[in-house]
Amino acid sequence: MSILVNKDTKLVVQGITGRDGKFHTGLMNKYGTNIVAGVSPGKEGETVEGVPVFNSVENAVKATGANTSIIFVPAAYAADAILEASEAGIALVIAISEGVPVQDMIRVTPILKQNGTLLIGPNCPGLITPGQSLVGILPAMIFKEGNIGFISRSGTLTYEVVNLLTLNDFGQTTCVGIGGDPVAGLYFIDLLERFENDPETIAVVLIGEIGGDAEEQAAQFIAEKMTKPVVAFIAGQTAPPGKRMGHAGAIISSGSGTAAEKIAAFNRAGVPVAKEPAEIPELLRKKLAELK
Amino acid sequence: MKIHEYQARQIFRDYGIPVPDSVLCYTVSEVEKAARDMNRMVVVKAQVLVGGRGKAGGVKLARTVEDAVAAGKQILGMDIKGFKVEKVLVADAVNISKEFYVGLINDRNTKSITLMASAEGGVEIEEVARETPEKIIKFSINPLTGLLDYQARNVALQLFGDIKLANKAASIFTKLYKLFVETDATLAEINPLVLTPENEVLAIDGKMNFDDNALYRQPKILAMREPDEDELQEIAAHEKGLSYIKLDGNIGCMVNGAGLAMATMDMIKLYGGSPANFLDIGGSSNPQKVIDAMNILLGDKNVKAVMINIFGGITRCDDVAKGLLKALEVLMTDIPIVVRLSGTNAAEGLAILKETGLPTVSSMSEAAKKAIELSKR
Repeated sequence: MSILVNKDTKLVVQGITGRDGKFHTGLMNKYGTNIVAGVSPGKEGETVEGVPVFNSVENAVKATGANTSIIFVPAAYAADAILEASEAGIALVIAISEGVPVQDMIRVTPILKQNGTLLIGPNCPGLITPGQSLVGILPAMIFKEGNIGFISRSGTLTYEVVNLLTLNDFGQTTCVGIGGDPVAGLYFIDLLERFENDPETIAVVLIGEIGGDAEEQAAQFIAEKMTKPVVAFIAGQTAPPGKRMGHAGAIISSGSGTAAEKIAAFNRAGVPVAKEPAEIPELLRKKLAELK
Repeated sequence: MKIHEYQARQIFRDYGIPVPDSVLCYTVSEVEKAARDMNRMVVVKAQVLVGGRGKAGGVKLARTVEDAVAAGKQILGMDIKGFKVEKVLVADAVNISKEFYVGLINDRNTKSITLMASAEGGVEIEEVARETPEKIIKFSINPLTGLLDYQARNVALQLFGDIKLANKAASIFTKLYKLFVETDATLAEINPLVLTPENEVLAIDGKMNFDDNALYRQPKILAMREPDEDELQEIAAHEKGLSYIKLDGNIGCMVNGAGLAMATMDMIKLYGGSPANFLDIGGSSNPQKVIDAMNILLGDKNVKAVMINIFGGITRCDDVAKGLLKALEVLMTDIPIVVRLSGTNAAEGLAILKETGLPTVSSMSEAAKKAIELSKR
C-alpha cells in the first residue's frame, strides 16, 4: 500500500516539451512510472520520450484515461494549467512550477474544491511511492521500499533526510514534498490522515520549516487523531524575522511562525523533534521500539 | 516587497479611498514650506520601511510652522531600528473622534483573502490579536465573487453602529479589496481608519506589502521599490538566480535548496558557529551560478570560512565542482573552504575537486564542524 500514487497511476505531463518537462519525463519513465500522455498546445501528434503529446488535457484524458497530472509550465501559466487538469477530470494534480503568485492559488482553490481535485504544490518536488511510481523531480536512487511515511515542505532537505533513512534501513511507503509556498494544495494534516489510514505505513517523518502555523496544526492533529508515531525536524531555527528564506512561505512575521513555537507544539504532542537531520533515524528507532 | 506609507497613501488615493493631504519632504526647508502651505496643524512622519515609528519618536504632531521645523530637524536623519530616515511626510493632522483598524491579508489557513477589522485602531494589530482576539472581526472572502457590498456593509456596521457611517466605511473596504487584488498585494492595512468629529471616515496611515512572485505583472508597483543596501545585494543575487540573505556571522554558506540552506545555518549554530548568510543556488546545474555565489560570499568581509553543502538532485555535484574550480581560479582567495557533496554525481564531483586539496566531507554535520574549526584559525 501507499498513498496518492501507485502502480495504477496514469500520468499526464503538462509542459512535456519544455526543458524540465522533457528531462523529468525521461527520468520518471526510467523509474517505471506509467506516463500515458503529455500536453503541449500545438504539438499534438508528436512524441516525447515515447510518450504521445496532446493539445489539451481533455484530449489526453479522452485518449488515455490519465488520472494524475504533473505540471512543469512556467509560473505565470501554472494556475491555468492546474485548472485545465481539474476541469478535464484529473483527480490528483502535482504542480512543480516555482514562483506562482499567491493570489493565483487563492483563485484556483475553490474551483479545485468544487471539482474534487487534489493538488500538491506548487513549488514542490512532487512525490514518490518507491518501487511503484515517481511523480516529481526527486532523485530516485535515494528511495527504498518500506513502511515509513514522509512529508516535507522542502526539496533538497527531503533528499538529505530520506537518504539518511534509507542508509539506516528505513524504507518508505510514500514520500511527499508539499512545497514551500504560503497557499498550496494538500498540507501536513491531509497527508498525516492518509498515512494514518494506510495499513502499510508504521510511522511518519515530518519535515517542517519556519512560517505559517501548519506545523502547529499538524501537532494538534497528531495529538488528537494519530495512533502511529511521528518524528519531526524544523528548518530555520536561526532565521531572522522579516526575511523570506527562499521559499515564499518561509518567513517569520510579527514574531509568529518561529521554529521555537513549532518545536514546542510538537513536543507537547509527544512528537520528538530532531536537533539535526542526522538524529532522525535514531529518534525513529526509539519511537518504534516503544510500540513493541 | 514593501513600500513606504506615502506610496501606500498614493495607491489609496488612486482607488478613491479618502486620505488627508500630505507632502513628501527630504529637507527641513521643504518641511517648513509644506507646513506653511497647509497652514494648519500637521503631523510629521518618518518614512522608513519598518514598524514602530511612533514609539521610536519618528512621528510628531506640530501645531505651528516652528513646531513642524523642529520636528523635521529631529526626525530627518534619525535612526529607527537600523533604518536611517531620509524623508518625512508632512500630513494634514485631522481631528479624530475614534480610531479603527482595517486590513486585508492572504490567509494561508483559509486559502483566501481575509478582511480583518477592529474598533481597536491605532495600536499594533498583532497586540490586539494576541491579547483580545475577540475584538477582531475576520471575514474570509470568496475569490469567485470578491468582497460584496453587503458583506463589507455588515462588517462596517459591527464597527460603526450607524448605517450612514457604515456605508462610508464599507465603500473603503471594497476599494481596499479591489486594489489588493489588482496590485497582487500580500498585505493592505489602514491603521488607523479614523472617524472625524465632522463624521468623515478617512485613512490616515497605510501599510502595503506585495507578492514578489507577482512583480513580473505589476510594473507600477515594481517602480515603487526603494531597496536598502542589504536588499540591493539580495536583488542583485536574485537576478543571477540565487537567493541570498546577509546575516551577521562569519561562516559563509552555499547550499542548493531553501530548506537545506536553512538547516545548514541551523547546523552551524548548533555546533557553536555563526552563519554569515543564507544562500540557495537553486535547482539548476549551471557552473556560473557557483562562481556568482562564491563572489558574493567572498565579498562579505566578515566571512572567515566557507561551507558548501550540496545534495544533488537536479543539481549535479560535478557541475558544482566545475563551477567551484573556475571560481577559485578567478577569485584567488585565502579563505578556507569545506565541501560536502552528496547525491547525483557526487563521486565525479569529488574526483574533480581532488586536485584542489580542498577538505571534503560526506555529511553535513561534519561539514559544519569542519567549517567552524577552520573559521577559528
